[in-house]
Amino acid sequence: MSDKSHDPNQMTGAAMIVRALIDHGVTDIFGYPGGAVLPIYDEIFQQSEVQHILVRHEQGAGHAAEGYARSTGKPGVALVTSGPGATNMVTPLTDALMDSIPLVCISGQVPTHLIGNDAFQECDTVGITRPCTKHNWLVRDVNDLAKVLHEAFYVATTGRPGPVLVDVPKDVQFATGTYHPPRKSDVHRSYAPRVKGDATQIRKAVALLAGAKRPVIYSGGGVINSGPEATRLLRELVEVTGFPITSTLMGLGAYPASGKSWLGMLGMHGTYEANMTMHDCDVMLCVGARFDDRITGRVDAFSPGSKKIHIDIDPSSINKNIRVDVPIIGDCGNILGDILQVFKAEAKKPDVKAWWQQIAQWRARNSLYYRKSNDVILPQHAIQSLFEATRGKDTYITTEVGQHQMWAAQFFGFEEPHRWMTSGGLGTMGYGLPAAVGVQVAHPDSLVIDIAGDASVQMTMQEMSTAVQYELPIKIFILNNQYMGMVRQWQQLLHGNRLSHSYSEALPDFVKLAEAYGGVGLQVHKPGDLDGAIQEMISVKRPVLFDCRVAALENCFPMIPSGKAHNEMLLPEQANDEATAKAFAGGKALV
Amino acid sequence: MNQPASAYFIEERHDPNETHTLSVLVQNEPGVLARVIGLFSGRGYNIESLTVSETESQKHLSRITIVTTGTPMVIEQIKHQLDRMIPVYRVVDMTLTKRSIERELAMVKVRGQGEHRVEALRLADAFRARVIDATTESFVFEITGNTDKINQFIDLMRPLGLVEVSRTGVAAIGRGPEGM
Repeated sequence: MSDKSHDPNQMTGAAMIVRALIDHGVTDIFGYPGGAVLPIYDEIFQQSEVQHILVRHEQGAGHAAEGYARSTGKPGVALVTSGPGATNMVTPLTDALMDSIPLVCISGQVPTHLIGNDAFQECDTVGITRPCTKHNWLVRDVNDLAKVLHEAFYVATTGRPGPVLVDVPKDVQFATGTYHPPRKSDVHRSYAPRVKGDATQIRKAVALLAGAKRPVIYSGGGVINSGPEATRLLRELVEVTGFPITSTLMGLGAYPASGKSWLGMLGMHGTYEANMTMHDCDVMLCVGARFDDRITGRVDAFSPGSKKIHIDIDPSSINKNIRVDVPIIGDCGNILGDILQVFKAEAKKPDVKAWWQQIAQWRARNSLYYRKSNDVILPQHAIQSLFEATRGKDTYITTEVGQHQMWAAQFFGFEEPHRWMTSGGLGTMGYGLPAAVGVQVAHPDSLVIDIAGDASVQMTMQEMSTAVQYELPIKIFILNNQYMGMVRQWQQLLHGNRLSHSYSEALPDFVKLAEAYGGVGLQVHKPGDLDGAIQEMISVKRPVLFDCRVAALENCFPMIPSGKAHNEMLLPEQANDEATAKAFAGGKALV
Repeated sequence: MNQPASAYFIEERHDPNETHTLSVLVQNEPGVLARVIGLFSGRGYNIESLTVSETESQKHLSRITIVTTGTPMVIEQIKHQLDRMIPVYRVVDMTLTKRSIERELAMVKVRGQGEHRVEALRLADAFRARVIDATTESFVFEITGNTDKINQFIDLMRPLGLVEVSRTGVAAIGRGPEGM
């Protein structure tokens, strides 16, 4: 006779949640308690396998989980309460959806009998998060909970990764039911992402690559998401073919920045050589990227003479913005392996010497040029100094959003994947600081730096407190120009230099602020003091706010002006008032 | 091209719109219809008609029929976006297969007397519409057919005292022995 009370799989919903986390190998979660998740917090209190990091705002939990996920390749987990806890998660969920980051959010909900009653801290969480998750669930029966949790992890981490949310009413957390470990039947039969590429398409792709005179490989975050094997294969493909390679903001690090075939990032603030190569190429191999509008520039003038191969695991990414000739749906690691195999067996290395000579001429334009100064720190120079000081160290970089983010992408060289955490798709100011918290939790002994702006960093500044509490020695490297730099840049270029609300008035004293939090504050004004201060920042084993005062009016170039094509970039030496006016003329832009 | 001051690349596309009928087989679970509709509203796609009902209750399967308009690229997107939803089993473009039957049911209320009333009845007969309710001054007709036929019938009823119409929206199925 079986006695249910002794069945180890009989447990409360709250216990199931913690058990499922353990079964999925989760060691760290980020969250904030509240009325509707108290039973789960009670379970967390009584165990030691899952470490809970208490953030200061639920948005911080979400971004920290994203940083954790992106730096490890494992799913990030956030735990929040109902109502405001859940609505505060909307930004990180959307961010993770746009950047294809595996995130599992568990939210508390008011008891089932109160749902729809406008109860205290009630909101329609699954309704609100439906468009910003890959999938979400409201669990009404404790006996469905195990299945849903396992499915949630599966959906978040397979196919095109993304955020999922499981909404658990408080009575379901209290109720006792039967738990089961993860099993295959937990997943919707309708969900079967395709991983293997079509063999005919792969042959077509190889034929194009083998016959290319002016090829380019354009890689994206999908390569990093696919895992280390995809990165290795991408590097091998570049080696075997001798083709030039560029990447999106999301894809930095898949191919090393020091590699000889590296063109730099492409797109709106990409290098001249990367964008010209894209524009003039005859064969383009897009791997795990999605022809985003920051990449393509004007779509009807995007790489007009090329045959395009597009590898993506998400069929809806194919032909969304740009018509491609050879779409291949599947996991890019898999497909790169197949392409390499066929290429090595049947094709010989195409002669692309003349193409590289052309690229060398574009490269000679030195599109990342900026004028150094002995009096003020140029933001580009600050990033370069930071890069030099961290070379050879075990470093992870996160960013906020704006000019500093683009400069970091341009001037910080990434040699490995998973080292660069930035909000690409959604462009979330305030992402970098909590993301750094998440990265540091995953890599306690590594150097984790948030390259920040003075405006962005204030959006989630309270997470400094989290860093101090958990002794996470993150470095917040603020390029402080006292402006929302990118907003100001657009206002200068497009809105007649009317700087409407883009000046950072009443900035806090970041040094005192750091000290108030129990961290370390550093400030530097002069280029001559920069290297020493960076060394000090690195050597301090505590959270640091580094207030790097930089030239206030420096703008980010090169740049593809709106409505222009890749070959109409505005280079830094041309970016005087007259040329800028001309480049942006045509609209109501410059008065 | 006249580019307004914008951080986005603004362009106008002038591809002609097409109308397509899509059959979508989904897991019948809470929120599934909201997901499908949310996709259309969130991405700015059009819904001309939407029909949904559980078709296999044992397997919890529902079939959604959507009539939508858009450029060929948009229609392609809609299909892919639907297909990648977790509870969606299959999406079939009934317009592309060219081997599908589409039907709609409408109930049409007409009010009138004398010659108008006789004429309405005569036309209803010609369209094989059935009278499902009658008073001395009104009829409710039930008519089944494709969208064009129903539109035509409604147009004819208008001068004869059309009061109101209730339509089911399009349901579609493929010809031949094969299932979806």
